[in-house]
Amino acid sequence: MELIIKNGFVYCPQNDIDGEKMDICVKDGKIVESVSDDAKVIDASDKIVMPGGVDPHAHIAGAKVNIGRTYRPEDSKKAAAKFKGGRAGSGFSVPSTFMTGYNYAKMGYTTAMEAAMPPLLARHTHEEFYDTPLIDHAAYPLFGNNWFVMEYLKEGDIDKCAAYASWLLKVTKGYTIKLVNPAGTEAWGWGGNVHGIHEPAPYFDITPAEIIKGLAEVNEKLRLPHSIHLHCNDLGHPGNYETTLASFDVPKGIKPNPAVGSRDTILYATHVQFHSYGGTTWRDFESEAPAIADYVNKNDHLIIDVGQVTLDETTTMTADGPMEYDLHSLNGLKWANCDVELETGAGVVPFLYVPRAPVPSVQWGIGLELFLLIEDANKVCLTTDHPNAGPFTRYPRIMAWLMSNKYRMEYIEEKLHSWAQRRSSIATIDREYTFYEIAQISRSTPAKALGLSDTKGHLAPGADADIAIYDINPETTDPSNDYMEIENAFANASYVLKDGEIIVKDGNIVKAREHGRTYWIDTQVEEDIYKEVVLDVERKFKQYYSVNFENYPVQDAYLPKSAPVKGVIL
Amino acid sequence: MSEIILTPLDQPDVPLEASNIKPDVFAGKTIDEIKNIQIFHGNTPVKLSDFFEVSGESSENPAEIGIVIDGDVDRTKRIGEGMSAGEILIKGDVNMYVGAEMKGGRITVEGNAASWAGQTMMGGELEILGDAGDYVGSAYRGDWRGMQGGTIIVHGNAGNEIGEYMNGGKIIIKGDVNIMTGIHMNNGLIIIEGDAVARVGAEMAGGTIIVNGIVQEFLPGFEYLGVEKDIEVDGQTIPGAFYKFLGDHAIKGAKGTVYVAVRGNGHIVP
Repeated sequence: MELIIKNGFVYCPQNDIDGEKMDICVKDGKIVESVSDDAKVIDASDKIVMPGGVDPHAHIAGAKVNIGRTYRPEDSKKAAAKFKGGRAGSGFSVPSTFMTGYNYAKMGYTTAMEAAMPPLLARHTHEEFYDTPLIDHAAYPLFGNNWFVMEYLKEGDIDKCAAYASWLLKVTKGYTIKLVNPAGTEAWGWGGNVHGIHEPAPYFDITPAEIIKGLAEVNEKLRLPHSIHLHCNDLGHPGNYETTLASFDVPKGIKPNPAVGSRDTILYATHVQFHSYGGTTWRDFESEAPAIADYVNKNDHLIIDVGQVTLDETTTMTADGPMEYDLHSLNGLKWANCDVELETGAGVVPFLYVPRAPVPSVQWGIGLELFLLIEDANKVCLTTDHPNAGPFTRYPRIMAWLMSNKYRMEYIEEKLHSWAQRRSSIATIDREYTFYEIAQISRSTPAKALGLSDTKGHLAPGADADIAIYDINPETTDPSNDYMEIENAFANASYVLKDGEIIVKDGNIVKAREHGRTYWIDTQVEEDIYKEVVLDVERKFKQYYSVNFENYPVQDAYLPKSAPVKGVIL
Repeated sequence: MSEIILTPLDQPDVPLEASNIKPDVFAGKTIDEIKNIQIFHGNTPVKLSDFFEVSGESSENPAEIGIVIDGDVDRTKRIGEGMSAGEILIKGDVNMYVGAEMKGGRITVEGNAASWAGQTMMGGELEILGDAGDYVGSAYRGDWRGMQGGTIIVHGNAGNEIGEYMNGGKIIIKGDVNIMTGIHMNNGLIIIEGDAVARVGAEMAGGTIIVNGIVQEFLPGFEYLGVEKDIEVDGQTIPGAFYKFLGDHAIKGAKGTVYVAVRGNGHIVP
């Protein structure tokens, strides 16, 4: 099938296209140089054309997400919708699977990553992906508190650890090496936590710093498309910015070595908003975002996503078990907690970011400070750590905040607690993002960081024809003043194409049943070591696991559109 | 006051969801328009007149409207949900969620009401002359923000978890209740004139519960404060002698008060 998108204002940062009026040609699901005269025409005059959005970090599928859904019927009640030709759904902060796919598509997002998959629960995660239509996706298995990883790294055996990682990515159909509060979640299994990056996990006697460094080496040895994906220690604690800066320094010096894509960083630090806190308690709590932004500006080995607070009632969920206990102790709301044998843990707690309350006001400011003080939009990705700081459906609002100082000041002066001004510098920053920068933080930057930039996050020939068209004329619209128009347009794309097929028209889902691709890593390591490690794993399964070794791997049947990454992304 | 009479036709097996049966929606509509108001039969939108005969006279002002449901509506849910003014009289039994999220006005049920009557009520009056099911005046399932205000009176018995997560207002049950009355309660007043089986005030952090009948088993998380006579609450005096308890100390800093009649309850004091 051929298609041509005519006369749109195209924003494609990867190819330095900044609002140029041009045509985009599509054939058989890919972007091509030209099409025949028979091609279907989409008139994009007076509209913006961008690559499909890429969400590098969200919690959208798997066990803890489903705990969030099942134990928050009151959240389901807040948002329920029918989708013509698709499945009805519900849920504001934790939408049902089908609605998750539709909600992303409506905003022009075509790729979203599940950021924390307990390996033991990989099958559940892929089952939910199966029912999350339209978006390409991948899951990040948790490595940072895994017994095998901690033991191999303690022995200093990077080769064995790499072989284990290779095996685990293969059997869980996982995409990257994810670390959540390394050593801390294991400590939670003993009723504790670790503080800073040099306090060792109980029994395993290995520190967060050692785990971060070891896994960064493993990552580059395996030549993975994405770097290690780090949720730092001490999340959400006043004064944690020092831990954050120290963590950033740990893998410095390791050379990026991806087999595919164009990644040039070796660390991806996620939801850094939660890690940029000063003060010693919630009473003297303040922003240290400027210090974090300064570090990011001066260093090239890392990239971050923000985890912007959206000031909503939401559901927090993370593999950072001890943090969720702290949060539950703070707000007294219902708490779910789980230990995943040998691997990780998790917790879930509802949270209300009340705009009038002091701490959420500062958290809001910190997130925006990160966006606005990090000079290069190639170094920062747009996320809300969905649903932790707010639901992903608020991305359009965040885009509008970033593009309009007036919109931000309206919040600061009328809606937020005065701490937003007094404890963060947000009120003094008047930078406004351009459409080009919006396309960077939501498209090209995450695609590159994920190692998917061959086919995602851009519109040059060869890319997947994942395209979003928004009803905004950049020549006549002034985002500084017309911010509501920007927010509405980004929330309801005029057209969204996925692999060359129209899936959204005028903000409505028109093709609802398609499965997205599942990216996963199929790496090869030296056979002898691999065999030795698998034997080792088998032995441990007999000793410790509650499931059989043979029942652990996720079968191919779970992936309707399997996209193994061996060395080439097609 | 203008009266609109809804005479139920056959009640279907699949329940009706009729949150549109309330003065706020009827106000300013002619009888013919009211006949066309949408309710749900399962998930299918239907017209009010598909299941009710409609007669009477409407008004512009919801406070001037009295809706009379002339018969049993035991397969109809959500009558009066969210209503803010006017009156509803149900001359029979009613299904779940009657008066849920009600803000004002008055609902009278002459028969029995199923569960969740007056759920998350904000104001107004709900009176049930028969029995009520579970969760009278509770929060929405899963939510921790329950009833805020208003009054619920049940003349018969009620079930489990009455006033769950209650934050304000008053619930009076003239008959008996089952377990966990006032669970997670933070504020407000619950008066049980009959018996309460067990776990009264479980994990309550505030508010007042009074039980005039027999409590079979009492929770260990309460501190016994002694006997108090003719207690005064909410501007009224409740005669008799009561054991007074403070708790539930399963919750940090809890300041809930439970009064249990001295008569017949000697087994629950230390």
